[in-house]
Parts: sequence; C-alpha cells; structure tokens
Amino acid sequence: MDFLRPAGWSEALEAKANHPDATPIAGGTDVMVELNFDHRRPETLLDLTRIEQLREWSRTERNGVPTVRIGAAVPYARLIEELGTTLPGLAMAARTVGSPQIRNRGTLGGNLASASPAGDGHPPLLASNAEIELESVRGSRTLPLADFFTGVKRTDMAPDELIAAVHVPEGTGPQQFSKIGTRNAMVIAVCTFAVALHPRRRGVGTGLGSAAPTPRSATEAEEFLAGALAEDGQWDDPRPLPASVTERFGELVARAAAPIDDVRGTAGYRTHALHVLARRTLSWAWDEYRSGTELSGRQRCA
Amino acid sequence: MDSEITLWVDGRRETLSVDTRTTLLDALRERLGVTSPKKGCDHGQCGACTVLLDGRRATSCLTFAVANDESEVVTAEGLAEGDEPHPVQRALLENDGFQCGYCTPGQVCSAVGMLDEVKSGWPSYVTEDLDESVELDEDEIRERMSGNLCRCGAYANIVTAIREAAE
Repeated sequence: MDFLRPAGWSEALEAKANHPDATPIAGGTDVMVELNFDHRRPETLLDLTRIEQLREWSRTERNGVPTVRIGAAVPYARLIEELGTTLPGLAMAARTVGSPQIRNRGTLGGNLASASPAGDGHPPLLASNAEIELESVRGSRTLPLADFFTGVKRTDMAPDELIAAVHVPEGTGPQQFSKIGTRNAMVIAVCTFAVALHPRRRGVGTGLGSAAPTPRSATEAEEFLAGALAEDGQWDDPRPLPASVTERFGELVARAAAPIDDVRGTAGYRTHALHVLARRTLSWAWDEYRSGTELSGRQRCA
Repeated sequence: MDSEITLWVDGRRETLSVDTRTTLLDALRERLGVTSPKKGCDHGQCGACTVLLDGRRATSCLTFAVANDESEVVTAEGLAEGDEPHPVQRALLENDGFQCGYCTPGQVCSAVGMLDEVKSGWPSYVTEDLDESVELDEDEIRERMSGNLCRCGAYANIVTAIREAAE
C-alpha cells in the first residue's frame, strides 16, 4: 500500500490528480475501521494531516451573509470548543459524535466525504444551508450541500477532487439537534433531526439523518412553518406555538423521510421518531426564541 | 512499503522502520514492546488502546504509525513518575477501579486527557450551561468516559476514582 503524505494543499491536489483512486485519510476514524477489518484494501492512501490550511477555520462573508469557512480537517472537538456559540446546531451534533477520543481526531470533511446517510454533521449543516467547497488541479467549485449527496455513501465529487472546506452561514437564531441511538456514545444514529430558526430572513431550516438514502431537508415543513410564523406575526411578537402548528410541522418532517428497515430500527419506527423529534426540537428552539436568547446551543435530553 | 519514522514514546525517542499499513497501536506493541495500550476491538469502540497523542486522548488503533511521524505518545506506563503512580492511577488502585485490568491503561489515559479537557472548559453532551465552568459530577464523568468500555463492569468505582483524582 502506497502512503502519500503531501506537505501542502497544491501538492495534495497534484497527488489526487495523479492517483484518482487514492483514498483520502485525515482523522482516520472511519477509513481505519474499514481497513482494520479488511473491508477495503486501497492501493493508495492520501494522508491529509500535514496540510495546515485544512485545519483552520475563518469568518468570511458570502453573498452578504456572515459565514464561517471550516477547513475539511478541523476535528469535531474544535467545532465544540471554538464554534459552540457561532454554529450552535453543528456544535451540538458534534458533541454526540462517536466518543471523546473519536471527536479529538475525526473531522467534518471526513464525515462529509463518507456521505453516510447517518452522518451526524449533515443535518445541522443542511438546516443552516451550508455549502461545500471542492477543489482539484482543474479549479475550485462550491455547491449547496443538498446537491453534494447523490446516494448512499455517494457524492458529486470527481475522482480528482478533494474537499477543501465547508461554508456555514452564522446562526442568527436558535438551533437544535436531536439524535436517537441505543446509547449516547459510539452508536450509528437510528435517526437524527436538526432545526434552525433564521429570524433575520424569516426562514426555517431542517435536516434529517438516517431517514433516506441521503441526508435531506424537509422543504415542505420549512415552508409551512415559515409561512405560519409570518402569518401570525410570530417573528416580531412571539407567543406559544399552537399545537396545530407543531403537529403539522412534525407530520411534514416525517413525510419528507424515506427510511428503510435495518438492524438499527424499522422504517415505521424512524418515521414515528422523526415526527416526535421534529415537534420536540421545534418547541425547544421556539422557547429559546421567545425567551430572547437567540443563540445558546443548549442541549436537552431527547 | 516501509517508511522510517520517529516517535516520542513516554519521553523516549524511537526511530523505526514500519510498513505503512501498521497502526500506531501495533507499532507500539509489536515493534517497540510498549504493551500498556491494549488491543480490544481494533475499531475505536472499546477505548482499550487509548493513548495521549500530542497531548490529546486518541484511540491508537485508528491511526497509522506513519501518519504520526515526530508525534509525542504518552501511554499509561509513561504517566507514572518512576515508581510513583499518576494520581489517576493511584485513585483507581485505592478505589478498586478495575477487576481484570485489561481496559485500565486505556481508562487511565482517557481520564487524564478528559481532566485536561475539563480544565480547558470543553463542554460535553450533558453540560447544561455552556457559559459556566464544568462541574465534574457523575453524569459528566460517565459521559466523558463513554469512549472506554469495561467488560468487568467496574464503572461504579472508576467513576469514584476519577472524581477523587479530579479533586
């Protein structure tokens, strides 16, 4: 097995162009499991751990919106420690990934590249309308995360491309994330749900995990809730949400799912659970909005 | 394919030639004879192979030795000062924080890394108030040690020991 260790980003892109079959590896927490169990035997590994710029994040602006650009090899532990108030939904999800040891090494870019329908990072990124920046020797392109996932563990990446970064608009309102698993640590989620309120543009974002071949948003539910909030003047004068609104939101989220039966749970259970998670996370987020703490990142037990 | 690397293991400088497929855990155990990190599951679930890698706890089965050239590795063995056990080791001894002992070196490294994370103010999944400093109660210890399994089920005493060591 060849082990390529580029020292810089352009060298890494060259290496990927010359070895399109090379498997990129950063934290290793996903790739190594497959290698140790001989589930996969790649000819070439492309180690990205020496590339400084992949481990950096910065504040930028995209289309006039304050945005955080997160390098692909930033580990979960740093998302938790350094971005907890700026990107609360993502930080909450990061706190549930694997175990503390995994969070110290595993990276957001690895989560995205694996493109598991159960990836914990995906729902909050979808709820925040994140974009992904891909690069190759041919150039760089940025696409909405929703267009990046094309199937179970499949993405829109070309064989010569690497993930450079993720662009996440900064939160302007409460964000919540909830996950169902048999225990809190070291489980693959049975299902996950993320919701983000965007008061500045009067919008709602959602993300569903382990609920379909790819992570996805519940667009109908987002539109329904944003419409209901606007109609009742709730953004400016927030009052308790009528049960009919939370119930309908839950229904539409569940309807957006296309789950399967597998060892972790049945499709029926997942659909039901998403309905519950959607109502619950919405009520947490809404309580937070009403109490005026626009950004907190508090997590309650699901 | 072989590759020459240098590792700093428990304060010693070790230069060795490793097959690129060798995990850090295998390099430590099979090549350097450092056997305190244990191989349990070989896929990051059990935590028995936990070491402090450049100061942070990590499962040594999930990283290649060659990717850690010039890294500093501290194992449970290296935490003691000569014959004097590290406070976490002493607390585990005094509180019967183990039975068979197989998971213990991993528990020790994990606990030492964890206490440092708490000191740095890292919140966990069960931390209620993100703005306050973390109070290391039982829930916090259990959550923060959730990456280490003990199949003897010595958890109750492990929690007590860590609580004592934290004081």
